Amino acid sequence: MKTMFNKIGFKLILAVGVTALLTIGIFSYFNIHSHSASLLAEVELGANQLSETIIHSTRYDMLLNQRDRINKIINTIGEQPSIRTVRVINKSGAIIYSSHQADIGRMVDKNEESCYACHAANKPLERLPIKRRTRIFRPVQSAPRVLGIISPIYNEESCWQADCHAHQKSQTVLGVLDITISLEEVDKQIQKSEMEIIIFAITAVLALSFIIGFFVRRWVVKPVNELLKATNQVGVGNLNYTIKDRRKDELGMLARSFNNMTQKLSEARMQLFQSDKMASLGRLAAGVAHEINNPLTGVLTYSSFLLKRTENNPELHEDLKVIVRETKRSREIVKSLLDFARQSVPKKNEANINEIIERSVLVIENQLTINHIKLNKNLDLSLPTITVDANQMQQVFINLIVNAADAVGTNGGTISINTALITLSPYGITHIKKAICPKRHDLTDNEYKIDGMPSIKLKILSLAGEDIVHFDPVYGRNRHLTNITELKNDEKVVCPQCNTSLMEENVKCPKCGSAVISFDIPTQGKFESCTSKSCGWQRWDAVDNEGKREYIEIKLSDTGCGIAKEDLARIFEPFFSTKGQKGTGLGLSVIWGIIDNHNGTISVESIINKGTTFTIHLPLRQAR
Amino acid sequence: MNKQFDILVIDDEQVIIDAVNKICSAEGFKVDTSIDAKDALEKLSKYSYKIIVCDIMMPDFDGFEFLDEIMRRKITSPVIMTTGYSTVENAVMSLYKGAIDFIPKPFTADEILNSIIRAMKYSEVQKMLLASHIQEDDATIIYVPCPAKYYRLGYSSWAEEENAGSILIGVTDLFLKTIEGVEEIEFQKIDEEIIQGNQCASIKSKDGLAHNVLSPVTGRIIERNEEVLKDVSILEKDPYFNGWFYRIIPSESEYELKHLIPCSSDRL
Repeated sequence: MKTMFNKIGFKLILAVGVTALLTIGIFSYFNIHSHSASLLAEVELGANQLSETIIHSTRYDMLLNQRDRINKIINTIGEQPSIRTVRVINKSGAIIYSSHQADIGRMVDKNEESCYACHAANKPLERLPIKRRTRIFRPVQSAPRVLGIISPIYNEESCWQADCHAHQKSQTVLGVLDITISLEEVDKQIQKSEMEIIIFAITAVLALSFIIGFFVRRWVVKPVNELLKATNQVGVGNLNYTIKDRRKDELGMLARSFNNMTQKLSEARMQLFQSDKMASLGRLAAGVAHEINNPLTGVLTYSSFLLKRTENNPELHEDLKVIVRETKRSREIVKSLLDFARQSVPKKNEANINEIIERSVLVIENQLTINHIKLNKNLDLSLPTITVDANQMQQVFINLIVNAADAVGTNGGTISINTALITLSPYGITHIKKAICPKRHDLTDNEYKIDGMPSIKLKILSLAGEDIVHFDPVYGRNRHLTNITELKNDEKVVCPQCNTSLMEENVKCPKCGSAVISFDIPTQGKFESCTSKSCGWQRWDAVDNEGKREYIEIKLSDTGCGIAKEDLARIFEPFFSTKGQKGTGLGLSVIWGIIDNHNGTISVESIINKGTTFTIHLPLRQAR
Repeated sequence: MNKQFDILVIDDEQVIIDAVNKICSAEGFKVDTSIDAKDALEKLSKYSYKIIVCDIMMPDFDGFEFLDEIMRRKITSPVIMTTGYSTVENAVMSLYKGAIDFIPKPFTADEILNSIIRAMKYSEVQKMLLASHIQEDDATIIYVPCPAKYYRLGYSSWAEEENAGSILIGVTDLFLKTIEGVEEIEFQKIDEEIIQGNQCASIKSKDGLAHNVLSPVTGRIIERNEEVLKDVSILEKDPYFNGWFYRIIPSESEYELKHLIPCSSDRL
């Protein structure tokens, strides 16, 4: 119950209800007041007229002093149901006529309320306005109210000249006519209208509260509850929660900015998480480097020293050469671990990929034989040399072969390595590494990767709201992550940061005629793409103009357990591992980084229980 | 100073002490060893050493503190720093603090030996310089110091800021004096990145030894001095101008130059 009083909706309804109650109450009060006043005024007027009528109709009988007739008239009038009494009181205060026979001859006290108006100041007033001649009183408690009116009967010439000689000329007022009228009917009417107005007021207040309540619920309570739910979700750590609120008012704006905030927060958290991982990895790498470098120094110094001293012993010399070479490689690996933590550039030299593969195979051949894995090498011996970091490449191949061997397991299988020189058009393989909007906002989104490559984040803006599209960063491949298949008329593609339109005015897709979007790729010109998903036309002149390029293709297949489809998209992410405790999850992300550093691409295809194929494309010449 | 040694090796790892001892002894050097820096400082006050090989990462008293201490004691023996924690910062810091060379672990026998041989030569050159000062014989120029507005990394390589924002780098005359005549120079490729304190070129001397040149700044090579590659004698004739190695676009020169020694300080 207490929580109900604390609710904003209740408070608003209460405030509106109280205000309505006050205004309607005040209005009703005055309304009732004026209504009863006008009713009373009407009665008053009627009573006054009645008095006048009685005075005038009895005048003649008065002059003739025909008391019976006067009595009759008064009695007849007094019989009317609303008229309580009709009395005529003479100057000395005696009731001379009355509708109640018993009263006749009784003396009236000057202090009685019917006399009070004129006799208050001891000396009687002779003329009074109508207002002061009337009085409203209750003869007995709980009896209906009564309105009394006193009309003085003034002395006239005909009075003192009449035959009866009852009045002198000097008298002004000869007596008074006192009529009392029951207000029962009037009071009933007043009560009835009072009742009506109260019912109206209550209905109005209730109706108003309900209507306000309905809209408050719709416009305030629901969105506020939604926001509350969202903040609670964010509070417990679910930063992916978004409010599906597309209204245009302030709360809608709040919801949108809330969504924006949680998204930013989630990005920041992700980055923090990532950099935290990187930092601890860096510390780990540095620690390992120091620890390993000392024993390695022992191995390297002794072996290189021996190598120098055994120049005349060819057999020993060759073996020692292997030790020195491999120790030097260990040195490079440790260094690359440190470099990885510092994200350094590869040391590229002319090298033959086949040789690097052969060397990698040598390192793990034993392991393969033990596990009954057959290795098929189908190397194109005419491969030209390529500028690569041989150590890093060897790391790539060793990692891939070890992964393949793990996938095959101990029951035997085949791993095949193929190399070939191929020519590919840039369409379908060139990676868009960076894209910017006309206002130079970075469009690449490291949060959403497609095959390990940061996607390009675009926003679709329409009257109905907005939507985010993760655009495939590979030229011509069209594997966008989107819910939208076709762009409608009112929709346009904009930069998610500044809402600048990316639509190409006056350009239509040459294949299907749909609208075309474009964005800039720093130093590599403009990129255009059809907005229809089914069409998929794209144009990148700067890359197309370079023509087809030669690549060294390395295909590494195994007949192992394969990779599940849901994992396939994530295998190049750092710390993603399907090996559980066995792996660190760094392998493939490092491989991806190395290949990317060589401007190459790596892709994977896999069928569960059939095997996995990794395909690496390394450009023979670096693009300028 | 009754006992004379050639080399003092300081390292907290016995295997490294043994290895360096073995390599240097085989070359006929007289080697003394020390398992920590405090012990080494005691030995330094008793005996004299031509050169010192010291590890950076040691418990209690690290290589940098050791360097500071011997500078305070005005011990002139050149120091070669080694470390398994071979970061750029460590390399540059060592050379800034007065070490003459930095060898990242793990090193080969040749790498440590070549450095020791250069250090021996350096020691000789310094002695000759001292002698010529005593004799006030200015006529004999032992080596040409680098021009005033240059910066140097240790005694080996120099960097000069050019107006266009690029940086020219090369080796000092003193470095050339510590090797037995230049036979061949090996450069890195254009567009490659070189990192401060890491090897950027290799000079093969006439005695067949390979000497690594550490880069004074980090940056991308935009031009190499092909003339020097063709005719190595240019290097020995004019190491500071015609004998430059690379023109690079620095990545963070402002920060890095602070950790180099301005050549103007050599003239004070």
